[in-house]
Amino acid sequence: MDAPELIAGVRAGDRRALARSITHVEADTVIGRALLAGLYPHTGRATTIGVTGSAGVGKSTFVAALAREQRRRGRTVGIVAVDPSSPFSNGAILGDRIRMQDLTGDGGVFMRSMASRGNLGGLSEMATGVVDLMDAAGFDIVILETVGAGQDEVEVATATGTTVLVTTPAGGDEIQSMKAGLMEIAQVMVVNKADIAGADTAVMQLRALLAIASERTWEPPILKTTAREDKGLDEVSDAIDRHQAYLKGSEHAEQERRALAQSQIVALARGLVQRRALAFARAEGILGQLVDDVAARRLDPRAAADALVDAVQRNWSRSE
Amino acid sequence: MTTDTARNIRVLIAKPGLDGHDRGAKVVARALRDAGMEVIYTGIRQTPQMIAEAALQEDVDVIGLSILSGAHLELFPRVVEELRTRGVDDVLLFCGGIIPQDDIPKVNAIGFKGVFGPGTNTNDIIEFVRNNAPQRV
Ligand code: B12
Ligand SMILES: Nc1nc2c(ncn2[C@@H]2O[C@H](COP(=O)(O)OP(=O)(O)OP(=O)(O)O)[C@@H](O)[C@H]2O)c(=O)[nH]1
Ligand SMILES: [Mg+2]
Repeated sequence: MDAPELIAGVRAGDRRALARSITHVEADTVIGRALLAGLYPHTGRATTIGVTGSAGVGKSTFVAALAREQRRRGRTVGIVAVDPSSPFSNGAILGDRIRMQDLTGDGGVFMRSMASRGNLGGLSEMATGVVDLMDAAGFDIVILETVGAGQDEVEVATATGTTVLVTTPAGGDEIQSMKAGLMEIAQVMVVNKADIAGADTAVMQLRALLAIASERTWEPPILKTTAREDKGLDEVSDAIDRHQAYLKGSEHAEQERRALAQSQIVALARGLVQRRALAFARAEGILGQLVDDVAARRLDPRAAADALVDAVQRNWSRSE
Repeated sequence: MTTDTARNIRVLIAKPGLDGHDRGAKVVARALRDAGMEVIYTGIRQTPQMIAEAALQEDVDVIGLSILSGAHLELFPRVVEELRTRGVDDVLLFCGGIIPQDDIPKVNAIGFKGVFGPGTNTNDIIEFVRNNAPQRV
């Protein structure tokens, strides 16, 4: 299928066309870029929800439960789940589907796993593009699950409208040491695994942290869920709806959209610049020469980096 | 200038049937990951519909079924049928587990190109996938 056929298929709700389109966008093929160009004008209708939190807090279980709740509310759901790629082999085991088994037979749900492919920030570089495809395909809700690790995975906030931060009662120490940044990206806070002891303590810790965070016009609710038993998702869905309404009504709505657009452009451009620059420097032998010089201590790494960037810049201004 | 990133081979490893023999499937999933592939592992107790639907949504290049229960001649044709109804017609199918020698030609005829039994060296599995996975985009 070529790009026009895929675009028509995606817009008509053809699941196979959507699946193949995602493959193209993920691989950043020529067709993939044509798909994004053709489909982007048809995005912006879906409610996009990011779900982040440390490894094992129950993000996938939570996403599945949230999807079921959204289905009960009559909405269709697209899901993108990112798992880490191995830094050694570039391979990955994508296991998030295990927790979403019962959704597989539901025609109103489409779930896609992605590997992070070396991208830092908790997402795959093309994850926002895949969210856009699902949006254009007409799903009412698109949920994006990030890689679960550490506290630097804040990129999700630039990819979705409402970000949900998932923690657990066992994460008490972690909550106390949580960086302000992670708190500030989340508009809904969830203490999952509320069936185990300490959930109320965790809620209090989160509340205390929020109290010292900076001034804001949206007050993130702190909610308890037991995702494994489908409990608490009603309140979470209500909170997400309230935040969406706030976003639309906010006087800052336009400003927020522009900020989101800017961070998406910058994130993608950063990757492109890096890959193109390195490809050029390798092909021209510039990188190899600089490596020789630095390894022999004729040149320091900082000066070598300068030389590399200068060479790239000269080349790019010539090819204009 | 093109910036096409390398396309990783995507593999679905699934366990049809009601038994819980998942060691082999996990060994194979890890071996393929360590060989640089992206492996979607869906866990045990998959129906043919679930396997075909996952393969469609994930747009995998390869589907590997692990089966030790003896139900392969019953379940494999149903997986193939479910794939066909969804228009998934360009994937490589292969399998492993307990499949008696006499059944191998039948399993091949159903559409499974490679059959790997107990004691298989995972390097042979990796080589098989690398040599046979379709290159589609
Ligand atoms: C360990 C084991 C168990 C464990 C399973 C633990 C687990 N989580 O996996 C336990 C104790 C739970 C178990 C239970 C049962 N088992 Co049992 N079990 C075995 C045993 C001894 C080894 C299987 C194993 O793990 N091997 C190690 C792995 C790494 O090897 P593998 O699975 O063969 O995988 C390799 C290849 O086959 C291949 N491969 C496997 N999958 C795939 C997939 C792809 C895509 C590819 C390319 C390759 C590939 O690559 C792997 C690496 O080389 C086998 C006998 C045997 N020798 O195989 C019986 C066996 C499979 N079990 C059997 C039976 C009958 C049972 C029970 C029904 C027993 C009972 N009456 O209660 C129960 C079923 C319980 C249930 N609900 O599932 C029979 C099945 C008979 C049949 N097919 O007709 C067997 C063959 C024993 C026998 N000779 O009778 N079992
Ligand atoms: N007790 C309890 N366990 C839960 C709950 N929700 C999820 N779990 C368990 O937590 C474990 C991890 O769940 P996942 O959903 O895979 O967690 P995750 O955050 O997606 O994990 P990664 O994607 O690997 O980071 C599983 O064993 C779940 O069954 C819950 O509400 N209560
Ligand atoms: Mg997960």
